[in-house]
Amino acid sequence: MNERHTISILMENASGALSRVSGLFSARAYNIESLAVAPTEDPTVSRMTVVTTGSPEIIEQITKQLNKLVDVIKLVDLNDGGPHIERELMLVKLRTAGPEQRAEFKRLADIFGGAIVDITEVSYTIELSGTRERLDDFIEAAGVRHVMEMARSGVLGLLKGSKALKA
Amino acid sequence: MTERLRGAEIFVRALADEGVEFVFGYPGGSVLHIYDEIFKQDKVKHILVRHEQGATHAADGYARATGKPGVVLVTSGPGATNCVTGIATAYMDSIPMVVFTGQVATALIGNDAFQEVDCIGITRPCVKHNFLVERVEDLAETVKKAFYVASTGRPGPVVVDIPKDVTANVAEYHYPESIDMRSYRPTVKGHPGQIKRAAQLLLAARKPMIYTGGGVVLDNAAEHLTRFARLLGYPVTNTLMGLGAFPGNDPQFVGMLGMHGTYEANMAMHHCDVLLAIGARFDDRVTGDLEKFCPEAKIIHVDIDPASISKNVPVDVPIVGSVSSVLTDLIEIIEGSDHTPPNRDSDPWWQQIAEWRKLDCLRYDRKSDKIKPQAVIQSLYRVTGGEAYVTSDVGQHQMWAAQFYPFDKPRRWINSGGLGTMGFGLPAAIGVQLAFPDSQVACITGEASFVMCVQELSTALQYGLPIKIISLNNRYMGMVRQWQEFFYDRRYSHSYMDALPDFVKMAEAFGHVGMRIENPADVDGALEEAFAMKDRLVLMDFITDQTENVYPMIAAGKGQHEMHLAPNERELA
Repeated sequence: MNERHTISILMENASGALSRVSGLFSARAYNIESLAVAPTEDPTVSRMTVVTTGSPEIIEQITKQLNKLVDVIKLVDLNDGGPHIERELMLVKLRTAGPEQRAEFKRLADIFGGAIVDITEVSYTIELSGTRERLDDFIEAAGVRHVMEMARSGVLGLLKGSKALKA
Repeated sequence: MTERLRGAEIFVRALADEGVEFVFGYPGGSVLHIYDEIFKQDKVKHILVRHEQGATHAADGYARATGKPGVVLVTSGPGATNCVTGIATAYMDSIPMVVFTGQVATALIGNDAFQEVDCIGITRPCVKHNFLVERVEDLAETVKKAFYVASTGRPGPVVVDIPKDVTANVAEYHYPESIDMRSYRPTVKGHPGQIKRAAQLLLAARKPMIYTGGGVVLDNAAEHLTRFARLLGYPVTNTLMGLGAFPGNDPQFVGMLGMHGTYEANMAMHHCDVLLAIGARFDDRVTGDLEKFCPEAKIIHVDIDPASISKNVPVDVPIVGSVSSVLTDLIEIIEGSDHTPPNRDSDPWWQQIAEWRKLDCLRYDRKSDKIKPQAVIQSLYRVTGGEAYVTSDVGQHQMWAAQFYPFDKPRRWINSGGLGTMGFGLPAAIGVQLAFPDSQVACITGEASFVMCVQELSTALQYGLPIKIISLNNRYMGMVRQWQEFFYDRRYSHSYMDALPDFVKMAEAFGHVGMRIENPADVDGALEEAFAMKDRLVLMDFITDQTENVYPMIAAGKGQHEMHLAPNERELA
């Protein structure tokens, strides 16, 4: 039975670190749904969030193999670490045809807690963050046929409460 | 006061300070500054190979025989890509090795410069770790880190890519005494609770089995294992990589296990009730069909690499730690218990094993008028008193060597187990003979494997290495032919070696001694004559029976209890 897991990884902010992780996934035929990476408050440390799917045995192997990478300082499987928060950022450009539709997209953005960040005569660009499902819901509500283009960040996650993953 | 040195000098000084004895290498454009520094000193001895693949295998052989990391130095581009097979070979068998590759100058990286390849990218999947040195200030510390990572935890090859300008620039030289990496701290000490559980299971076992692999050799834990196994009095089997970690002539030793292991080892594995795996990784050549693997056993697994545990086979008691440390803890518990080793003459489990042994699964036709490859290995064992360092290539001869040359000591059996690299044997023997100039070093090979790195005969001549090469020449890629005979209706597609060279003349052309042996009666005499030539490399071309196959055998996808023995004998199921 395949499960979806979100793994947070602290690693040395060294060149090639990202390719070590992505290379590991392809070399061992693991699934990778999304991957987000950026430096942390300590510029020598990057935090990477990987969303993957697999059987419990495969997920265990993935965390072990990631831990084995020499650049990896620490990691936590957020699904095993207790309650956690997941968010993803989306920028989506919607084609707007007429005032009625513009009003509708504005309402939708308000309902979903998004913001219109760019406007032209024929389009709105909306910024929205939330869980993956919530972003999917927005797209469904707006209608896929109206999407001119979109970019999503991949999932970010933190454990709830005062527990923290620190280098 | 710290000195300011050029990168090339920093590099060579760092190797000397690390205690590096030999560097196996081949010069080229991007490492010329370094070679100039090598020329000016005599602390680090450079061994000039004839192909970069040979450098990696020689460094690998040196590492396997000594336990110290092997060191390679090559140029950028083709120098680096020629190393990839050797790096992957070391990676699969967890051999400590540091490979320094030249790189084009930092300003040129990414420009498709002459002899530029993305060495870091190409080697990434087959190294434990790799580094690109971008500043001369980081060079000495990176060298230290490379040796530290390569030789600690689960060992493995590390690549350090050094751009040419880094070797020309100047920095202060300081070689760190020790290194601490926050992202790399291998666990050594096993969990006491798990160790206690393991001991309880072992002491209560009725049909126990100890299955050990290359990890015991790598951690220099052969003495620990031998003491521990004798305390328990339980049967021991070794993987191909683990041979020698427990004395091959000990009555508790039931032989190698796996695809070409002994009948008794595989049957004991299949029927055991407690399996203790130490420094082994449940490789597919060992387990056969995983669905049928050790159906009755509680499994304990000791390994330094957490990722090896429960990777292929679910384990009941995982213990992460170094083999020597965990065995020391286990020995203490066993010694504190009232355990006495079972009597091998009356214990039902040992009696069962004795029954399996009676099949004499390694027998072969000793009266043949053709030279039997097994007989050559047995003769080699007699002539060398079982004391030789034996390297091998890959194929039938490798399996016969593993079956018929019982190793009583670790680090004597040097072969490419995981990757199965043909061409490994001769360069590996070069590394071993350099490390142990006064020891007998034999390279068991076949006429197909041998020519894959045959150019290294020149290296052996240059450094006066008296290696004895035992080529079991059956004019076939024997293992391929064997599979084609069994599984492809004897369609011997491209496994026949036509147009073979005259190996005697070839040896002579390279400045060595060549011998051709065609008669079974001449085998002993030829080996004695060859080993009496203490200062010459001798290539012995044994013309062997072309039809001989390696038995017993577990066909791919079968269980360990489904071995078959030689033809005309009953199939066992």
